[in-house]
Amino acid sequence: MTETIALIKSLADRYGRTRDALMPILQGVVEEERYLSDVAMTEIARELDIAAAEVYGTATFYSFLDTVPRGKYVIRVCKTITCDMHGKKRVIEKIEDLLKIKLGETTQDKKFTLLTTNCLGWCHKGPVMLINNTPYPDLNEDKVTEIIMEYIRK
Amino acid sequence: MTKHKQIRIALRNCGVIDPQAIGEYIARDGYQALATCLTKMTPEEVIDQIKKSGLRGRGGGGFPTGLKFEITRKSVSDQKYVVCNADEGDPGAFMDRSILEGDPHSVIEAMAICGYCIGADKGLVYIRAEYPLAIERLKIALEQAREMGLLGKNIFNTGFSFDIELRYGAGAFVCGEETALIHSMEGLRGEPTFKPPFPSVSGYLGKPTNVNNVETFANIPVIINKGAGWFSAIGTEKSKGTKVFALAGKINNVGLIEVPMGTTLREVIYEIGGGIRNGKKFKAVQTGGPSGGCLTEKHLDTPIDYDNLIAAGSMMGSGGMIVMDEDNCMVAVAKFYLDFTVDESCGKCAPCRIGNKRLYELLDKITQGKATMEDISNLKNLCTVIRDASLCGLGQTSSNPVLSTLDNFYDEYIGHVVDHKCAAGQCKALMKYVVIDENCVGCTACARNCPVNAISGEKKQVHFIHQDICIKCGACYDRCKFNAIEIQ
Repeated sequence: MTETIALIKSLADRYGRTRDALMPILQGVVEEERYLSDVAMTEIARELDIAAAEVYGTATFYSFLDTVPRGKYVIRVCKTITCDMHGKKRVIEKIEDLLKIKLGETTQDKKFTLLTTNCLGWCHKGPVMLINNTPYPDLNEDKVTEIIMEYIRK
Repeated sequence: MTKHKQIRIALRNCGVIDPQAIGEYIARDGYQALATCLTKMTPEEVIDQIKKSGLRGRGGGGFPTGLKFEITRKSVSDQKYVVCNADEGDPGAFMDRSILEGDPHSVIEAMAICGYCIGADKGLVYIRAEYPLAIERLKIALEQAREMGLLGKNIFNTGFSFDIELRYGAGAFVCGEETALIHSMEGLRGEPTFKPPFPSVSGYLGKPTNVNNVETFANIPVIINKGAGWFSAIGTEKSKGTKVFALAGKINNVGLIEVPMGTTLREVIYEIGGGIRNGKKFKAVQTGGPSGGCLTEKHLDTPIDYDNLIAAGSMMGSGGMIVMDEDNCMVAVAKFYLDFTVDESCGKCAPCRIGNKRLYELLDKITQGKATMEDISNLKNLCTVIRDASLCGLGQTSSNPVLSTLDNFYDEYIGHVVDHKCAAGQCKALMKYVVIDENCVGCTACARNCPVNAISGEKKQVHFIHQDICIKCGACYDRCKFNAIEIQ
């Protein structure tokens, strides 16, 4: 908790304490802690001197600003039309099978979270997934197995 | 691949230069346009050139870029902003990502030119979090430009100062709408507001803000270097220059192309795109993402420009083209886009929030084979209500995929409703796996692999699939070595 508070203070020092600093601060916290806890959101509100509801309202609007705990590696598989045409469903099933979780869930060891997202801009090389900040295009069942196994070993 | 139909303006450096070396950009006339503007031209002259070039916004709206610059210039304020909209979110579009990853300096240079034109010393790039590599490349490019004195104070000793800051999106499609984008940068929920006032008058932090898309910016240095006349000689009467299209879907050559406005769909799909995959039959191409519609066989020879696409019931959008073949069910395609819209609607106005959800449910009912003709007429009604009553572009255009498929593929809708058949064989609920008696040798492979024991039959006897138990997983179809199972 003290770590979170210190993190928020340093982010506010860096981005300022005006309303337009809110997004960079929220993103900074997610980057470090993988999600925005209630403690983090109330602390940000205090730091910027705005209502906690305002922080919560902004945070919950954006799909990349998670308000529930996420794994160390967040896997986001593109679910839009061309990735679907080229076998996104089988890729997701393979990941579910490998990690023993369903879509939307986090593994027990808090290492992986499996989500879908809208277009990642790799429509010519679908299906594609994003693991934290790295895109992996041209997926099939074999390739996704290889990638996930590599992360499991990490 | 036939290349002669293509002219690369926005993509001129993509794949040619090392995007992480500013020297390579400069070697290809990079920052030449900025130097010309700052040292030899007044802001009015630059705006005049851009107006004469006929450049229109490439993000989809098609608003004349020079005019936008002029309006922002004329707005009186102590502070103005240049914003680059890099929140490309249309399914099927990836040109902005490619430009930012392959040629970030072209956007930086153009933003500085825009700053000079409108009288702004600050630029912001709003880029989506889904594009980590583009963010990385932009950061490197900005740093290099600052080191070379191409950004910062007193550029080229002219007294003009300009710098650019990055702002990141966080996974909200609606933030591509300019007022929503501005609110997001202000730290608010990314909800659109009513226009006017336009951002050119009152935008970021209430100051005049010029918002343009990545591809639009990438065109500007070339217009300055080669002249408005050169640029406006390319294209059609009302749409000048080139357009980048992202080809994806059931087409042989996927990826980005850049063709003069007025190129026909036939040239794009068959000559550049190499035709439909696996020798299948062309059915439609979806342009403009969730805001656009389908173009069909009858539109193949229509020259592509802003106005023709709108007349054909679609729109340019940001330039994504998703090609469909005979195996794509058009009702399912429409449903797909509505699923996207329901996901991405910000929820501020009721027609979009509730209407699209109902629209999705109707389409779902149709693909389940449970709809009536009354549902089809409700579908049409609802589409027009959502279009007319929604607050922003997202809602106003969200029914386009439905309206255009209704227009062009009405018989497919009727097929689902009246005959309970999906001609493309894509709608699972309407599919039936059946054994072809003549081909079945009774090997039992299907029965052994059926996860719900829906197949009965003795060894070496013809098998039978019990439709009431079948879950349509297709395992039997995949396992049968004798082509004895067909999908009806």
